[in-house]
Amino acid sequence: MAQDGTCTLTIIGGVDKDGSLERVGRLEMRRGEVIGIVGPTGSGKSSLIADIEQFAAGDTPSGRKILIDGCEPRSETRSDPRKKLIAQLSQNMHFLADMTVGEFLRMHAKSRGRSPDLAERVIELANTLTGEPVHPDHHLTILSGGQSRALMVADIAVISDSPIVLIDEIENAGIKKREALDLLTGEGKIVVVVTHDPMLALMTSRRVVMKNGGMVRVIETSVDEEKVCEDLAKVDSWLMNLRETIRRGEVVGAAT
Amino acid sequence: MKLAVIAGTPGSGKTSVLIHAGRTLLRYGLRPAVVKIDCLWTEDDRRFERLGVPVAVGLAKDMCPDHYSIYNVDEMLEWARSQQADVLLNETAGLCLRCAPYPDSALAVCVIDVTTGPNAPLKVGPLLTTADVVVVTKGDMVSQAEREVFRERILEANPGCRIVEANGLTGKGAAELAELVRDGPEVGGDMRLRHNPPLAICTLCTGELRVSKRHHRGVLRHLDGFMEYSGE
Repeated sequence: MAQDGTCTLTIIGGVDKDGSLERVGRLEMRRGEVIGIVGPTGSGKSSLIADIEQFAAGDTPSGRKILIDGCEPRSETRSDPRKKLIAQLSQNMHFLADMTVGEFLRMHAKSRGRSPDLAERVIELANTLTGEPVHPDHHLTILSGGQSRALMVADIAVISDSPIVLIDEIENAGIKKREALDLLTGEGKIVVVVTHDPMLALMTSRRVVMKNGGMVRVIETSVDEEKVCEDLAKVDSWLMNLRETIRRGEVVGAAT
Repeated sequence: MKLAVIAGTPGSGKTSVLIHAGRTLLRYGLRPAVVKIDCLWTEDDRRFERLGVPVAVGLAKDMCPDHYSIYNVDEMLEWARSQQADVLLNETAGLCLRCAPYPDSALAVCVIDVTTGPNAPLKVGPLLTTADVVVVTKGDMVSQAEREVFRERILEANPGCRIVEANGLTGKGAAELAELVRDGPEVGGDMRLRHNPPLAICTLCTGELRVSKRHHRGVLRHLDGFMEYSGE
């Protein structure tokens, strides 16, 4: 990832939905950092992610500017997937392309200037996240929401291996969210996660609070919050196990 | 005077993208005018009027809207000059994929919707393959991987084009498109089409309503590709 030397991502604040200046006027993110974006629905979380994804240059409704290493990015890094600095997992739960899984992944690898052989690795990885395995000959359009999301996550981890990763609500995917997040947050990346999930929010080092379209506050995760996160992880893995037991058609025992 | 011809299938978002681009052109200090060509009915002129730019509508009625637009280029440019415009944005009706109503000294813009699937760029034909700029809309409805595969397919069909990812709702991509229009070519005196329109003189063109080959004259192509001439 260091091949292009990317080490900081800066958001220069713009305006909220009423046109007032955002309270957070500047936000810098460094390599290796996982940052959360929280706030009620409609508060502008996805718009903030979209601004980062397209390297907004004061030309989006928010008026925000995105800087890479303190400078405005060149236009080819904005659009050419071979030079793209950003991998994004959006909220989309389905594929619309009428292609087989294998065909699609090989084509995607080609668009990113990577080897088509990576397709197999993507499918293998996707199948560690989902219950029903995905097969290369499956048509994309028949995949379930969970299978599609698992494939999108694995595709990002293997093919779109970019230094900046944007994740919009991984918890709604019906897949193993913790494993999925681990796959996406490779070493030395900048990861931005939009989430409503308390455990994911507390796993980040800082979180940006959104309100009325603007960034209103940045909260550092405290030591107390980290402890809460550890407890949540235990509850979460208990829930996951219960879910798997029920999915397998077995009977659930008493809590230990 | 600069001319940009904006083509693309119905519902692909031509008007929305163009309204955002028009706003940016105004910000650059240019004076755009819009001619919207449609078949039977349109209210896109009212959407453009809200921008505060001169708008004219051409309805092709029972003529092919692309042919109608092509032989009216002079009249459109004359009208735009009379409105003191320096950029003419000509939005076509967008029906037939075989017609590419792009003159040579104009910026040819093809708008295509990503939800039509990655085979669409291969199906579209000259409308896409002879365009200078391909604007991809509705990218927010699919995953990043799907957008990138779609882009790759466009480049297979038209390797030299410039791709702009746009969003008609948020205005994403409008500034990039406006810049390309601003830096586009000046219109020439004798403009020529980039690609020949399809052969379109048949019995149907002159009003025949009956189906089946026995009622039709002229050059006819069978389903298996065989061509015959029927008539005097």
